[in-house]
Amino acid sequence: MTAPLAAQGLVTRAQIEDFLYHEAALLDEWQLDAWQELLTEDACYYVPSNDQPQSDHRRALFLIADDRERIRQRIIRVLDPNCHAEYPRSRTRRMISNVRILGIENDIVSVAANFVCYRFRRYERIREYVGSYHYLLRRVGEGFRIKERRVLIDAHELGTLGSVSFIL
Amino acid sequence: MSARSYIVDDRERKTFLLDREVLVSEEVLRQEMTRIFGRCWIYVGHSSELKAPGDFRSRRVAGRPMIFCRDQSGAFHCLFNTCRHRGAIVCTQREGNARRFMCIYHGWTYGNDGKLLRVPGDDAYADGFDKAAHGLRRPARFEEYRGFWFVCLDADAAPLAAYLGEAKDYIDLVIDQSPSGQMEIIAGVQEYDVAANWKLMVENSVDDYHLPSTHSTWLNFMANSGVKIEPPKEAGLVLPTRGLAVDLGNGHFTTDNVNFRGRPVAKWIPLYGEAAKQEIDDIRRELVDRLGEERARRVADTNRNLVIFPNLVINDGSSVTVRTFYPQGVDKMHVTAWALGPVEESESARARRLDAFLTFYGPGGFATPDDVEALELVQQGLANWSDDRWSEMSRGMGKEGEQLNSDEHHLRIFWRRWNELMGAQA
Repeated sequence: MTAPLAAQGLVTRAQIEDFLYHEAALLDEWQLDAWQELLTEDACYYVPSNDQPQSDHRRALFLIADDRERIRQRIIRVLDPNCHAEYPRSRTRRMISNVRILGIENDIVSVAANFVCYRFRRYERIREYVGSYHYLLRRVGEGFRIKERRVLIDAHELGTLGSVSFIL
Repeated sequence: MSARSYIVDDRERKTFLLDREVLVSEEVLRQEMTRIFGRCWIYVGHSSELKAPGDFRSRRVAGRPMIFCRDQSGAFHCLFNTCRHRGAIVCTQREGNARRFMCIYHGWTYGNDGKLLRVPGDDAYADGFDKAAHGLRRPARFEEYRGFWFVCLDADAAPLAAYLGEAKDYIDLVIDQSPSGQMEIIAGVQEYDVAANWKLMVENSVDDYHLPSTHSTWLNFMANSGVKIEPPKEAGLVLPTRGLAVDLGNGHFTTDNVNFRGRPVAKWIPLYGEAAKQEIDDIRRELVDRLGEERARRVADTNRNLVIFPNLVINDGSSVTVRTFYPQGVDKMHVTAWALGPVEESESARARRLDAFLTFYGPGGFATPDDVEALELVQQGLANWSDDRWSEMSRGMGKEGEQLNSDEHHLRIFWRRWNELMGAQA
């Protein structure tokens, strides 16, 4: 099962990095409609609670556990000027590194990366979200689509980070 | 010593004003730590978090490090997490199972009942040194109501059951969701700070006046998900259905609302999916069989946001959340929130409950982040307190009888009790 794509040189870390950097740019620029086009129709987005990073969202309380429809609704919400937590919008800047291809099965590539996401709001100190991204990417033609996006925050508690009201 | 009053409670002019100094003053916070947090019953944790002998959770309770644990016999304890020798925290793990807690500094070791078991090199102490007198100290009082454990630092306080008073009925209503009468804290805790005075969270937790303006994106989401929330038809209502604010005595209060938004127990909405219909019907049937039609209706068809004075909130709405918070300075609070569910819940019902929780509550929910924003904007605005001194809280004062959830009756209950405990002249 393993690595036919990688073995044939069809998936390289550079390709994955290009994809993740592109995604990060869309999120930081609030191009959320374009970002949604990177998702598969069965995409999920998870942010587990800080004390349960390895849990299942059906058994443990998460911060975010969105299916595709919930992601759609989340984006309608955060783009609405009445989403007070994000209006005025946060400015974010994310740094992605330590990108690894963990495995390839059929057309699914499992990827992990480290991130720092700096969040700025008016009258506020910087909030630094530090953690790891875990993706299941589907190979589609020459590119990729996100089937699962799991964000693990390293902080023991959300604490001064306060909320995850933007797409982390 | 009695302080001046922080409220203007003018029943003739139907006016209630709050002095904003109470939300910004270091001196007030210092007094609160003794007069409020030093005298009231404060929530520690739930029985279900400690399933076996030796289980422990270390946490801050009103800012103080404590160990909530069970000893080898299974008895529950709440211990100050502070070594008797030189004061270090002795339990550094968040949770686990342990027979002993050893201070890493000099090795003093305590049992999970708090007794001092071992002092390295204890032959260096004079004969009078009594190990038995050096167990971990603990809050003066530690009592439970139906799985909810509280501490009180005041040895002379009334028992917990008397303190809770009528609030017990509303805790019972939540617990009645469970066929066996057993609710449990679900794994996964949301811990986050809000840059606002802790008392603003008390207000926000029960203030239904703010829903249309603060949470319009949540109302849109509900509409997009097939739950059309119609504007109220009845004059004077802010919400689509009638809801009351109820005084439960001792500074406790609750909202008591006719549900309009779906409930995992047991009101289906399209958001839950067609597949959930049958199971929700079954849950409802079990409620009616066990509790009778009237009580089942109370459990299933009402939403209640309950405040146990001063800092415990149990919201039985889109899901059940248990939330407590404490001040970390005048303009910052730390919030801890859990989900609560029946122990016998099926896998699918549990998943639905957790999903419903996230539609509204928590740092990534579709409503809570906007509540946090509102409270932080209040705190920022309060920088002008000395020139714009009074907060307005008179809604509903002109009315006889029932007070609505969108009035400010319940907020006034909180502030009157708070003012009284702070030693103000009535």
